[in-house]
Amino acid sequence: MKPKIANSQSVNSTVGGAKRPPRISIGHCLGVLPFFVFSGLFLIGPTLILAYRSLEGAEGGLTLNNYRQLVNDTVMSAYAISIKVSLTTAILGGLIGFLIAWVVSMGGLPPRFRLITTTFSGVAANFAGVPLASAYVFTLGRVGLVTALFKFLGVDLYKSGFSLYSFLGLTLVYLYFQIPLMVLTILPALDGLKREWREAAENLGATPIQYWSQVALPVLTPSILGTMILLFGNSFGAHATAYALTGGLFNLATLLIGQQISGDVLHNPGLGYAVAMGMVIIMAFSIFIYSILQRRSERWLK
Amino acid sequence: MTTTSVKSPATRKRLVSGLIFLVISLYFLIPLGATFYWSLRGEKDVLGFEAYRKLFADTNFLPAFSESIINAVATIFLSLLIVVPTAYWVTLRLPKLRPIVEFITLLPFVIPAIVLVFGIIRLYSRPPLLLTATYDSSRVLLICVYVALSFPYMFRSVDNGLRAIDVRTLTEAAQSLGANWGTILFKVIFPNLRVALLSGALLTFAIVIGELTIALYMAQHTLGPYMANLTRSKVYEPSAMAIVAFAITWAAMGIIDFVARGSSKRMVDTE
Repeated sequence: MKPKIANSQSVNSTVGGAKRPPRISIGHCLGVLPFFVFSGLFLIGPTLILAYRSLEGAEGGLTLNNYRQLVNDTVMSAYAISIKVSLTTAILGGLIGFLIAWVVSMGGLPPRFRLITTTFSGVAANFAGVPLASAYVFTLGRVGLVTALFKFLGVDLYKSGFSLYSFLGLTLVYLYFQIPLMVLTILPALDGLKREWREAAENLGATPIQYWSQVALPVLTPSILGTMILLFGNSFGAHATAYALTGGLFNLATLLIGQQISGDVLHNPGLGYAVAMGMVIIMAFSIFIYSILQRRSERWLK
Repeated sequence: MTTTSVKSPATRKRLVSGLIFLVISLYFLIPLGATFYWSLRGEKDVLGFEAYRKLFADTNFLPAFSESIINAVATIFLSLLIVVPTAYWVTLRLPKLRPIVEFITLLPFVIPAIVLVFGIIRLYSRPPLLLTATYDSSRVLLICVYVALSFPYMFRSVDNGLRAIDVRTLTEAAQSLGANWGTILFKVIFPNLRVALLSGALLTFAIVIGELTIALYMAQHTLGPYMANLTRSKVYEPSAMAIVAFAITWAAMGIIDFVARGSSKRMVDTE
């Protein structure tokens, strides 16, 4: 039912938009129709059905009951850990990524370093999932190479409380794709800083610290914040890496939804839909803030 | 500061930069190094490529790998077929639709894969839209979902490509020579977008080839679920698998960089 509604809407808007320019026939609209049909059937429709089911009561009728039940220990702690991991990796990934971007763009290194960094970042940002989880098991797992190295040096990581399958471990793993994403999105912003600004500041007697704190950083702040929010969403919605690392048994919002799909672990299908929609709402909110900040940063950096 | 130091500020800056670069590089290279080391340990007491040999000899590996490749190629073709006309028409004829199209291309970032597959299963596992009844129909459904997920990458690549060429003049020139829309699209627009199409395609390939979440819950025997299963059942093969996956991603991204650089060089040359 739902995707049909979405489709008819998009068809209408296609036709509506087509009326304005003079030499346009229905044939031209066929060019954009498949795009709207696919988006409706495979993106919007599935989300709308979850939204509808999350509002459906056990005995039919529309209700907010499922959303009220989100406030229970299992769901809240899953959300809390997801948010904690995402905030930590967004802030750390943002800071470290910014540092690398600064180092390769204005740190006085040969241009080759920048080239290597952007290419590698493109790879690492897309290297999430099972292979990344495996790589970390071989590095910091119980028999990982670095774990063995520490043991050789007299430090037993796992006896001193470290585990790859914990908040700390997950954070370390997620940073592997978070930092490169920051590098890739913040480098263009750093390139947008105009040489004249720096020269003007220096001519007026500003120290490098004054230039950064009063000129460069204020201009860059919307980009940095915006990208950190993007990183937050990137980590919040991540499922594959955490699933491969923990076998799906860690208490993370995405993993909880996975368990709910395999077998109603929450013992309440309606609640499962509400958990999923809660994620969409948080993601939509962060992407919304991101696009506002992005527009603000474009004002200066274009 | 400078009075106590013999080195000039520029040299010091370079030194600090180099040090930061080195430390962060270690964070990125150690996991790869460790994985590579383990992948060479497949045979007792000797370093060699035994783990890779075993991986490729695994009866489930090649079928999963080739199925993922076919899925990825099908996704790329369908996605190109849908996105190129859309981006073209939106640029040339229907600029009013641009905000709507751009909004839709944001959706894959708003809807996490795990939520999307949840909705897909609920929507397509019962009549009237029963598409998960057989393995093959699920596979078609999976490819369609991948196509929708590739829209952001494809649209952005193609849109950037269209901005770089003068679509309107090219189209009008072709029209005045009597070309129809099909000819314009396939003989004029597509060839001029080669670089943009290739980077969109390779990015899609890199994402689809090892995709786990959606394939897993749709019970598909593709590379993602295979890899996840491998990490639980084998000791050395997962390291070889991770290295192979990394090499594939690297190859895809490397070609994108290479082609993009080549084309920008050509543009400078012709100018």
